[in-house]
Amino acid sequence: MRFMSAMFIMIGASLVLAIGFLVAFIWSVKSKQYEDDYTPSVRMLFDPKPGTESNLEQSNQNSPQTDKK
Amino acid sequence: MDLEEPIIIDKVEVNQKTCYHCGEPVRNTNNVIEDKQFCCSGCKTVYEIINENDLCDYYSIDETPGLKQDKQIRKGKFDLLESDEVKSKLITFKDQNHSHVVFYLPQIHCSSCIWILEHLNRINPDIIKSQVNFLKREITVIYNHHRTDLKVVAENLALIGYEPHVSLNDIDGKKIKKYDASKILKLGIAGFCFGNIMMLSFPEYFAIAEEGDLKLKSLFAYLNLALSLPVFFYCSADFFVSGYKGIKQSFLNIDAPIALAILITFGRSVFEILTDTGAGYLDSMSGIVFFMLIGRYVQTRTYDTISFDRDFKSYFPLGITIIENEHEIQKPVSSIKVGDIIKIHNDEIIPADGILFLGKAEIDYSFVTGESKPISKNIGELVYAGGKQVNAAIQLKVVKEVTQSYLTKLWNTEAFRAGAKEDPHQSFIHKLSKYFTYILFSIAIVSAIYWSIYDSSKVWSAVTAVLIVACPCALLLSATFTNGNFIRILNKYGLYVKNERTIEALSKITSIVFDKTGTITEQGESTVTFEGKALTNYQSRLIKSLTYASNHPLSRDIYKYLPITKLFPINFYKQHLGMGVSGQIDDHLIEIGSSSFIGIKSDTKFDGSFVHIKIDGEYLGGFRINNKYRTGLNQIIKKLAQSYRLKLVSGDNELERPYLETLFPKKTELLFNQKPLHKLDVIKAAQQRGEKVLMVGDGLNDAGALKQSDVGLAISDNSNNFSPACDAILLGSNFKLLDSLIRFANKQKFIINASFILSILYNVIGLSFAVQGILMPVVAAILMPISSLSIIFLTTILSSFFEKRLLNDKNHF
Repeated sequence: MRFMSAMFIMIGASLVLAIGFLVAFIWSVKSKQYEDDYTPSVRMLFDPKPGTESNLEQSNQNSPQTDKK
Repeated sequence: MDLEEPIIIDKVEVNQKTCYHCGEPVRNTNNVIEDKQFCCSGCKTVYEIINENDLCDYYSIDETPGLKQDKQIRKGKFDLLESDEVKSKLITFKDQNHSHVVFYLPQIHCSSCIWILEHLNRINPDIIKSQVNFLKREITVIYNHHRTDLKVVAENLALIGYEPHVSLNDIDGKKIKKYDASKILKLGIAGFCFGNIMMLSFPEYFAIAEEGDLKLKSLFAYLNLALSLPVFFYCSADFFVSGYKGIKQSFLNIDAPIALAILITFGRSVFEILTDTGAGYLDSMSGIVFFMLIGRYVQTRTYDTISFDRDFKSYFPLGITIIENEHEIQKPVSSIKVGDIIKIHNDEIIPADGILFLGKAEIDYSFVTGESKPISKNIGELVYAGGKQVNAAIQLKVVKEVTQSYLTKLWNTEAFRAGAKEDPHQSFIHKLSKYFTYILFSIAIVSAIYWSIYDSSKVWSAVTAVLIVACPCALLLSATFTNGNFIRILNKYGLYVKNERTIEALSKITSIVFDKTGTITEQGESTVTFEGKALTNYQSRLIKSLTYASNHPLSRDIYKYLPITKLFPINFYKQHLGMGVSGQIDDHLIEIGSSSFIGIKSDTKFDGSFVHIKIDGEYLGGFRINNKYRTGLNQIIKKLAQSYRLKLVSGDNELERPYLETLFPKKTELLFNQKPLHKLDVIKAAQQRGEKVLMVGDGLNDAGALKQSDVGLAISDNSNNFSPACDAILLGSNFKLLDSLIRFANKQKFIINASFILSILYNVIGLSFAVQGILMPVVAAILMPISSLSIIFLTTILSSFFEKRLLNDKNHF
């Protein structure tokens, strides 16, 4: 019967893992990450200019697209 | 008034420098900052603002990222954005401190644009954040509405050369496509459930039924059931909705039998699991739903930069300057009344028909007719809506309201009120599925009768198995994947179709109606011929030098036409708006322009395409500038004439009839002087004779005909350009492929039929098990993915086979 309980744990673990990914997927769709698949690829290449106000600060603010309309 | 004041530039020097901002050649040295040269003061101003705000990285990401700023943005242009009504329409989200607004910026074209637009807060610190959507050419701006205003944000954008495009449509029109997350969501969830159900079903396939595994087996079955719930209730909802709608209109579409099959599969599986009599077919069900959703997804391709349903509202500005008691007031375009005096500034679109009251009208009707050469109008003449004033400001007395104007009246016609013109019921796929469903039901009934005689316990399992195995899913898959492939391939060759129904409609057409200007002629391209005494090299050099300094499209055509030579500097360059240009070059006085400007009586009325020349007071003749017909037009017409009845419907005069008669086959109907409504009627008449008409047009004046026709194809020389409502957009540069593209589209039906026949083979195998009442879940689970994948494979192979022919045609030209 040890074999059985191992199976139960594995199935439980695999499902939890899979559902985790599903939740991540649903979140990514809901936060409109699929809406624009081009601009972020350009944006990430911009270097923040040293000495000016930090661009990190800017990117920490809420993305305009995650707000509900 | 500033109308008659000529532009005088003391000295025009020739140099080969390009503008630091926009990369256009610099024609004079009036605009220099340090070592940087600019083509115009507009570009220079933008540079100064960018420099002041420490945004010069703009110029290092892409070279000369700007767009020419030769058109001044009028003060008060955005005044209308201060009104609360407009604000409430434009602002998408608002909380206590912040407002969110989305602007359409057609100027966005490179990485530099993204960079500078996302650093807007350096120009206006009250802008919290700005984010660009490059594909949609949109910017979302969040700003603090206590400290700054919508109008200021728009002005900030205009200041750096990105003037927001706010049209009447933003206020008045229907909202354009919104982000639809549910499609991706359904696809992802179906894929997730399908994968997990498949995994949990594996033990069942291999019939591992050892002692003690029963507990595990029923656990798997119940897990499967749980996983199939979202597939049944959420992912496949579209099939039920569409099938139900069809039946309500007493029409059996393809979704109805599919929904029935899903329902029966799910019902039988639930029954088997709950009664512990079997494992059910949940794996097959979720698999087929997943594949069908993929098919639907690839079929509905969306183009972010192209819109197929633009009406006049997207062209018209939001606000207009109305003159009341000698005061200029900004008002929404929709509030214009007959008798109002409206002021049209340079580069503004005329929203309503009116009589020219003040100023010199020089109107570019390229939106309407495709003809980009401006047309001159004198005071007292009627000016139609839809044109763009390219001269100094004019005033019009409105004679018709916006919705009653010559152009916009089109939208009140039946063709526009009828809504979507394609009848979804007409698709041959639905017909095919109907026959398929009838056959399927007869098989189910026959097997039910057979088993009720011989072994009544098997009736239920045989009938459900028949319906499970043989649903027209395969037909749907072949149709959606073929359409997806076709849309993708056509896109590659510059033909953007609105949806899959356009492809099918294209294969049914019997006659083709062409518009002339801008459709079979190239927009902005002309052929120049000289009429008069032959010019000496020296004279042509003088004229070329003068035309170099002028920005008028006719000057540019003449400049391009004259042989390349070294240019002279110009003294006393003078531009007489709407008349011509003059200048002192190498001690000669050169004047070019209209007959009244040159001071000669000309037999041919100056229709905007004949430019006269005078050197030192001596009349030399003139340049005739004609539209240039598209390359390959001759061959295209010949090829199309073999299979289709052709027709030409032009809004222009008959001047070019003799040439066009040689181009088109004999007896082709060539209609000239056609108003937009006439064009629509021509199409309607042909349709009443039973013809299926493809209308090829380009401007707003074709909008009615495009809408009325079975397939409306708009030719666009720039995919970012505005094109009127239509079913498909073809890039002008690919016009020569029109014939090949139509022939390619004709192959769609063949491919769908071929893959459908393949799927019938699988159905026969499946059914032979099903009618015996011995359909094992494993058989279904193997048949389903194999048939689906082989259909996808076959449609792809066949599509790329026909694409090769298309490629051959392309290389042949």
